[in-house]
Amino acid sequence: MHELPVVENILKVVLAHAAKHRVRKVVAIHLEVGELSDLEDQWMQRYFDHLSKGSRAEKARLVIERVPARLQCAQCGETFPFSTAHDQSNICPVCAAGDCRLIAGQGYFVKNLEAL
Amino acid sequence: MSDEIRLIEVKEEIFADNRKVAEALRERLLKAKTFLLNLMASPGAGKTSLVVKTIAGLSQELKLGVIEADIDSMVDAETVAAAGVPAVQLRTGGFCHVDASMVGKGLEGLAVEDLDLVILENVGNLVCPAEFDTGAHKNVMILSVPEGDDKPLKYPLMFSICDVLIVNKIDCMDFFDFNLEKMRERVLNLNPDIKIIPLSCKTGAGIKEWLDWLRFAVLGA
Repeated sequence: MHELPVVENILKVVLAHAAKHRVRKVVAIHLEVGELSDLEDQWMQRYFDHLSKGSRAEKARLVIERVPARLQCAQCGETFPFSTAHDQSNICPVCAAGDCRLIAGQGYFVKNLEAL
Repeated sequence: MSDEIRLIEVKEEIFADNRKVAEALRERLLKAKTFLLNLMASPGAGKTSLVVKTIAGLSQELKLGVIEADIDSMVDAETVAAAGVPAVQLRTGGFCHVDASMVGKGLEGLAVEDLDLVILENVGNLVCPAEFDTGAHKNVMILSVPEGDDKPLKYPLMFSICDVLIVNKIDCMDFFDFNLEKMRERVLNLNPDIKIIPLSCKTGAGIKEWLDWLRFAVLGA
């Protein structure tokens, strides 16, 4: 649904770094996308292809790594995976405390670029 | 230039720019003693009804303004204006969300310095608005009973970023298989700090708890 603004922001970040490093062409973009995002890889690429036309990043490949959701126990600090799509207890597997916070699985990061 | 592929490290969060604008806006409003509330929900969950109830309940004690960001909400803006509260219509151009700079523009249409509370009625959508920091001091969402108790499983991001969850339309609980306890458990798994307020904009049940929370948030800010 909101692929467009997300991809626009990705392109903006990519082009700024491409200009700074004086690259001729961006070949691939490595992204980290939180599992809580519902964006489809295929649609992100389509939007990217459309938006990046005529820029240094035209035809660059999006390499998307999904970052799983994780909780951290506020009592003992243990971190553990958490499925947001199914009912799952959020009790800490180590100390059994129920006070656990989401610490990963949100957001979008541009990790690095492969460029010529 | 060589044809060798170089690896360039970026390590940048893509909404960093919006976050900066949002932080600056929050700070500016804090200095002006204006509290900005971001209200989010699906279409039809009761955003405008809650805004109207809030105006009725608090406009004697607080100076309110409203930013309407719903895509087709002339009716909403008129309802709000009829209640004697300044309202600004944000044109999102069909966009599915509003970001901090759009909110900044919307605020230009309100005399912010004279207002205690501005309610941003975000676009009706449980997906996109969750991604964009609007510069609000608190995020509130509404889930209405007919939408179902499984929504925290389907839209976890939205439930994870809100300070308050309003469960609206509790007056029609008997007509739907909505398990409030199950929903509560699912939401608290994602966000243990969230405050859950079941209410009905139609009957007025629970509205007092909402107004009390909001009054405290605004005056304590």
